[in-house]
Amino acid sequence: MATVEINDLVKRYRGTQALRGVNLRLESGCVTGLLGENGSGKSTLFRILAGVTRPTRGQVLIDGLRIGVETRRVTAYLPEVDAFYAWMSIEEQLEFLASFYPGWDQAKARELTQFMKLKGEARIGELSKGQRARLKFIVAFSWPSRLILLDEPLGGIDPPSRARIMRAMVQEFRAEEQTILISTHLVAEIEEFVEQVVFLHDGEVALQGNADTLRTDRGKSLSQMLEEVLS
Amino acid sequence: MNFDPTRPIYLQIMEEVKKRAVRGDYAAGEQLPSVRDMAAQMGVNPNTMSRAYQELEREGFVHTKRGEGSFLTHENVRIESERTGLAQAACSQFVVQLRDLSLDTATTRHLLQRVEEKVNENGDR
Repeated sequence: MATVEINDLVKRYRGTQALRGVNLRLESGCVTGLLGENGSGKSTLFRILAGVTRPTRGQVLIDGLRIGVETRRVTAYLPEVDAFYAWMSIEEQLEFLASFYPGWDQAKARELTQFMKLKGEARIGELSKGQRARLKFIVAFSWPSRLILLDEPLGGIDPPSRARIMRAMVQEFRAEEQTILISTHLVAEIEEFVEQVVFLHDGEVALQGNADTLRTDRGKSLSQMLEEVLS
Repeated sequence: MNFDPTRPIYLQIMEEVKKRAVRGDYAAGEQLPSVRDMAAQMGVNPNTMSRAYQELEREGFVHTKRGEGSFLTHENVRIESERTGLAQAACSQFVVQLRDLSLDTATTRHLLQRVEEKVNENGDR
C-alpha cells in the first residue's frame, strides 16, 4: 500500500558521507531488494526510512508523508541487530511488542511462531542467532504495516531454511498490499522473490529497475550484476 | 522449480506453463490455478506470476475471464505449435552444443540413436 519516494537523499556522519544523493521510488505492493556490500549505505537508508536517523539533506516520503510519527505507525522496521529482551520468553516478548504495533494479530504471530519452528516458552537469551533472526520475521509480519523494512534478515538462518522462509513471507504471510524492502548480501537467496532491485555502491544508486527487465537487458543474474556494480 | 537466475523469471514461468500444456498437465480450455496458487507452486513472487499470466494472455495462450480466472487456450492447434516451438528450441540448443565439440551431422545422428536406445533400455523418459 505504501509508496516510498526518495529524492536527493544525503546523509553525512562525522567525516563520512553514507548516502550521496540517492533517488529512488518503491512502488506500492512491490518487493524490492536493496543490494550492496558492507558500508554501501543500506543500513543508513533503512534507518532513515524507519525514522531512527534524520537525513542531512533531501526528501523522503512514505505515501506522501514526511518521516515522522505517522509514518512510523505504518512501518515495520527490522534492524540487523535486534532489541529483544534476553530474560523474556518468546511468548512474553511477542505480547510485550503487541502493545507497540497497531493492529497486532496474535493469531498470526502464533501461526508464524509455529512456521518458524520456535517454541513460545523458550527464553530469548537461549536462542541461537538463527532463531533470533526467525523471531524478527515474526515481529515484522504479525501486524498490518504498510511498509516492511528487512535489513539483512537472513543472517544466521541456516541455508536450507532461507528459501523456505523467504518464499513463505512473500507468498503467504505478506498481506497483498504490503511494500517490502529487503537488504541482503546473500543475493542468490532472493533472486526469484524480488521484483525490483536497487544496487547501492558507495552511498549512491549504481543501478535500479525491475529484476526481470535487468535480466533481459544484461543476460545476468542479480548476483552477477552486483559483482559488476562493485568492480 | 529451479530457475536460471540469469534469465527473466517471468519468461521461465511462461515456458513452464507452456510445457505443462504440451505435456497435457492442463487440457485445452481448462482453468489454470490462480495467480496466488501458481506462485506458491512455483515458488515465485505473485506479482511476477501475474506478469507471466499477462504475457501469456497477450500471446493468446491464456484467456482471463473477469471474476472467473485464467483459462488455457481452447485451440489445440495453438498448443501443438507450442510443442513444435519448444522442440525446435531444444534441438537447436543441442545442435549448437555438439557443433561446439566439432561433431559432424553423421556422428551426431549416430550418437543420438545410441543415447535413445540407452534411455529406452533404462525406461527413462
